[in-house]
Amino acid sequence: MSNEFVRIAGLCAKISDGGTDKEILRGVDLEIPAGEVHAIMGPNGSGKSTLSYVLAGREDYEVTGGTATFKGQDLLALEPEERAALGLFLAFQAPVELPGVNNANFLRTAVNAVRRARGQDELDAVAFLKAVRKETKHLSMSDDMLKRNVNVGFSGGEKKRNEVLQMRMLAPSFAILDETDSGLDIDALRIVAEGVNSLRAPDFSALVITHHQRLLDYIVPDRIHVMARGRIIHSGGPELAKQLEAQGYARFLAEAA
Amino acid sequence: MNAIVPAGVSAAAFLDRYASRAGTNPVRDRAADMLRRAGLPRSGVEAWKYTSLRALGDVPFAAAPGTPDDAAVHAIVTGAEQAFALDGAMPRAVFVNGRFDPSRSSLPDGVSVGRFQALDEESDDEPAADVASALNAILAEDGLLLRVAPGVDAGRLLLLSVGAGADGTPISFHPRHRIELGQGAALSVLDLSVGQGAYLNNPVFDIAVGDGARLGHAKMQAEAAGAQHLAVVHAEIGAGGLYDSFTLTLGAALARHEVHVRLAAPGAVVHVNGAQLLDGRQHADLTSVITHAAPDCNSRQTVKNVLSGHARGVFQGKILVERVAQKTDGYQMNQALLLSETAEIDAKPELEIYADDVRCSHGATVGALDPDQLFYLRSRGIVEHEARAILVKAFLHDAVDLIGDEILRATLDRAVESWWNRKDA
Repeated sequence: MSNEFVRIAGLCAKISDGGTDKEILRGVDLEIPAGEVHAIMGPNGSGKSTLSYVLAGREDYEVTGGTATFKGQDLLALEPEERAALGLFLAFQAPVELPGVNNANFLRTAVNAVRRARGQDELDAVAFLKAVRKETKHLSMSDDMLKRNVNVGFSGGEKKRNEVLQMRMLAPSFAILDETDSGLDIDALRIVAEGVNSLRAPDFSALVITHHQRLLDYIVPDRIHVMARGRIIHSGGPELAKQLEAQGYARFLAEAA
Repeated sequence: MNAIVPAGVSAAAFLDRYASRAGTNPVRDRAADMLRRAGLPRSGVEAWKYTSLRALGDVPFAAAPGTPDDAAVHAIVTGAEQAFALDGAMPRAVFVNGRFDPSRSSLPDGVSVGRFQALDEESDDEPAADVASALNAILAEDGLLLRVAPGVDAGRLLLLSVGAGADGTPISFHPRHRIELGQGAALSVLDLSVGQGAYLNNPVFDIAVGDGARLGHAKMQAEAAGAQHLAVVHAEIGAGGLYDSFTLTLGAALARHEVHVRLAAPGAVVHVNGAQLLDGRQHADLTSVITHAAPDCNSRQTVKNVLSGHARGVFQGKILVERVAQKTDGYQMNQALLLSETAEIDAKPELEIYADDVRCSHGATVGALDPDQLFYLRSRGIVEHEARAILVKAFLHDAVDLIGDEILRATLDRAVESWWNRKDA
């Protein structure tokens, strides 16, 4: 398929928790063509965040079956940093704090690491600062956040904006946003959504994981998938969000059972 | 025949070298007597709970030869200048195998500089109170006697110790330095020890910081891999005075840095910070005893350990608050990052408090690199070894950042950076 961009088939993964294996993904099938934004909704514990971690390459999950390809490459065979270089970006649900690591230095190191890996010239200090200032202004972030240590002492909203800042600076072609809307007030939500929407392009796709239909008013997806018990159990158009908001997941869960 | 059997390991090789001087100085004689009875400690003695000097007892350390190989010394000095990007313009006092080398030294203005003469003139302290000081006391021959007059800011001084171990025969040297700062005086010392071959460096510092005076003491111990390093600092701080010390331990197979500080008058402040970066089978011990002997004094201690391979780090920190020392503010933190399954940290914090209106806190953490932090960095495209470097340096940064003198701070920052890069290569 020439249009193949993100393709996940039969993906199974487990985590070892205190000696016992827990199967979390039980055969996820999902295709996201280039240029499309898809959303995943579903009850807690359905495997949404696990899917994002497995795609980004977190080591505590063991893939037990299935495939995940991106731009025709086997994602699961790549190191996390190689996936980032290829264009994958995960905005974390709960970004970690990095005490002692300056936010601007971190961001510049990351930007130049992916630029190097993509065969682009590195940004010098001046060019970087110019680029980052443009983005922070866009996201209504204070310069002070660049001087602080990564996510240390950041409010929930500041952490999410910092994720979006990283996303924009790293210029991904496939972004996964894991509950980026949680903890955001309505103004911040608008800013974050605008940060995603303005990246929309024929060669950019996104997977938005959320609990709330509200975010999907601002980032209107091409497709919505319902995830439960480690699988995609239903897919539909953007109108599905309203339906879920009104009726909940019960109907789909019953159908899938 | 000497019938005394020591409690620890026999220090006979050292005592034999002292025999010809016996009876000339009572302070030295008492130190010799203590070594004869106590010997060199095996681990387990309270003050040496995790560090044994057994290895020293097995080695017949000889006195350093009178004239070291000039080319070898030159190579060690230029190597250190390059490795640590030392500022060539900074005044320096160079000691080669424990002896002052005037040809390689350029001393700063505003200080009175002398040479160590005899022990009893130098200090009222009983030098035999701890083993490393006693060992120094019997064999000390030379050292810097540095006085900064009241009100004078003497700038910075590089105190460079070069150990030039001869082939085959391990040597030992025992420099004894005294630094005195008059009222309101200031000085920053970069205390760097380097070398090659097999040797024992056993320096002792007697330090007196006058009222309102400020002494910065940034130490970088980068001895040869086969060396031993046993250092002791005795410091007394006057009213409103500051002793801002940092000890960066990088080298030597076996090392101990021992600090005894007495906050002797109101408002005295001491920082006993440090970092131990160890690999292979290195063993390093940072032991401190901070005595609050007056009201309103402040002690600060942050020690970081980064340990890999089979390395072992030791931290013993005692804060003693005497009855008179009300409004004491004491803080102690020891943290270890273990980069291998086989590295080990032993920590023994001790608070002994006799005053009732004090604030003392201490804490310790031990851990590996956080996998969540590593994954976060890697998910941003940063390759694994670079991600690890970022986290290790971040761990060390908030300790090194405590060094007050910016030039010294930058020098130690570079040393940490190049240590990691060398290790990572």
